[in-house]
Amino acid sequence: MSRPLVRIFLDRLVAALIALCVMVAAIPVLVLLLFVVIKGLPGLLTPGFFTDPPHPQGVPGGGVLNAIIGTLEIVGMASLLAVPIGALIGVFLSEYGRNRLGDTVRFISDVLTGLPSIAFGIFGYTVVVLTTHHFSAISASVALAVLMLPVILRATESALMLVPQALREAGLALGAPSWRVTVEIVVPAALGGIVTGALLAIARAAGETAPLLFTAFGNEIVQSNPLQPMGALALTVFRNALSPYQNLQDQAWAAALLLVLLVASANILARLYVRRIQR
Amino acid sequence: MGKGTAERVAPAPLVATSRQRRLISGDDVFRAVAFAAAALILVIAAIFVVALIVPALPAIARFGLGFFIGRTWDPVRTQFGALSAIYGTAVTSVIGLLIAFPIGLAAALFLAEESGVRLLRGPLSFAIELLAGIPSVVIGLFAFFILTPLMRDDVDPFLNHTLGFLPLFQGSPSGYGYLTAGLVLAIMVLPIMTALSRDVIRAVPRALREASLALGATNAETIWSVILPYARVGITGAALLSLGRALGETIAVTMVIGNRNEISASLFASGYTLPSVIANEFTEAVGNVYLGSLFYLGLVLVLITIAVNVLARLLVWRFTGSEPMAT
Repeated sequence: MSRPLVRIFLDRLVAALIALCVMVAAIPVLVLLLFVVIKGLPGLLTPGFFTDPPHPQGVPGGGVLNAIIGTLEIVGMASLLAVPIGALIGVFLSEYGRNRLGDTVRFISDVLTGLPSIAFGIFGYTVVVLTTHHFSAISASVALAVLMLPVILRATESALMLVPQALREAGLALGAPSWRVTVEIVVPAALGGIVTGALLAIARAAGETAPLLFTAFGNEIVQSNPLQPMGALALTVFRNALSPYQNLQDQAWAAALLLVLLVASANILARLYVRRIQR
Repeated sequence: MGKGTAERVAPAPLVATSRQRRLISGDDVFRAVAFAAAALILVIAAIFVVALIVPALPAIARFGLGFFIGRTWDPVRTQFGALSAIYGTAVTSVIGLLIAFPIGLAAALFLAEESGVRLLRGPLSFAIELLAGIPSVVIGLFAFFILTPLMRDDVDPFLNHTLGFLPLFQGSPSGYGYLTAGLVLAIMVLPIMTALSRDVIRAVPRALREASLALGATNAETIWSVILPYARVGITGAALLSLGRALGETIAVTMVIGNRNEISASLFASGYTLPSVIANEFTEAVGNVYLGSLFYLGLVLVLITIAVNVLARLLVWRFTGSEPMAT
């Protein structure tokens, strides 16, 4: 430790190595996005991409209307299931959850967060597909809803925790029963955090493929009946990428770009919402 | 904690009004609804356990624990074993972590330290959060069309040329296989590794860092002998959480692993991982035992990831005193 030049050199070397690693960390995302935009944009701008159903294999043209409707419907139904229940569990955790039941719920939610997404597909398959003997959009929504639950309930809990105690006490001092304080004061005050959690959960669910493989299954026909098999953008990307036809591969890139735009806008919306609330 | 719940804080009314004297108050109803919601997630968890075990039963009954060491995967003779999928999962995840760990840690040091170039920090944070939000099928698409040709034509031959004396880098590269899948996993777990280690490093007390610098240590020496030793447990937890994510990653890996049920020493060889067998063979699986074996693989996968995750969360939690939020 007595040679200052060596020490300074080592310090600079470490700084340079860290900078190098930082660049290596940032490069994949830039390259990836570049490719998705360059390869996906022409397909996205092709007439009929948004409005036509897919053509049979080998027939050029066609769109992904089935997948767009499918993704919106599947994720929409999943949100209808997951957001109210998740928010309510979050309310439970923050208002009544300082006990063993609360800790158990938190533990289960953490375990669910760490599960591989394909496990949710197995859940949807066994619980809905096996009992109804039918692949269906609703089974995919059930699988995604369970996947979304932990995100929403933890976001709700931490948002409610941030509401100042004085606000609750003020409500109670005015004579309101505690449930009205929770519903009319605490929850509105924490709405920003809850909405952010819901949007992040929606963004995650919209991009998932593995849970859909044995639930929604995919469908080339434009379908809006939730009890029927249904296409989804993520499934279109997966299946078309592996097909030997050039036009289908191009469509996979375009669908990927659309999916990225969808997920990114949900993420950005969540972020803007946080910023507006924080101000 | 100062988090006395509203219900506990509520003062008893001095004079009960007629509304409050009713047998069932609004508070009771609301509390019942909240408890019902909490009970619902317990029910979901119980159903989840059943849902993972029941469809696997035909295979569990047929192969028992021998499933874990069985190497054959032969649908024609309905003989199934998980070993090569477990091997593939382990190899690809370890490669992914070996690459993502140093890079993620360095990026985390950069993000958490004040010494870094301030101008770069915002864009870097943004890029990493962006990467975390990209759906795995899109990363798979990129890997399938862009990465595999690159691996086949440039990276693999180069490794074969320079390190070919190792059995790891022998054989003819196809672009698909353990190495490519590992690289894809590295890209996918990098954001988690970075975000979690950044939080852990930020939790190192400032005073320790400043004391080290005040004693004349350089930045590098402070990192090496103060920050990293202090944050060791938390960083281990971050690495384990990243590993947990890598183990269960399905779609992107399925697109580049090559989907061949073999165990090969060469990293260029095609293989299989637990989730990719399920994703790839589900549509063609006929018969109870075949289908059951796929779900048995799923069960094995879930058990492994839960073990890794619980361990990781304990470590991170012990270190930062709060839940790891990045998922």
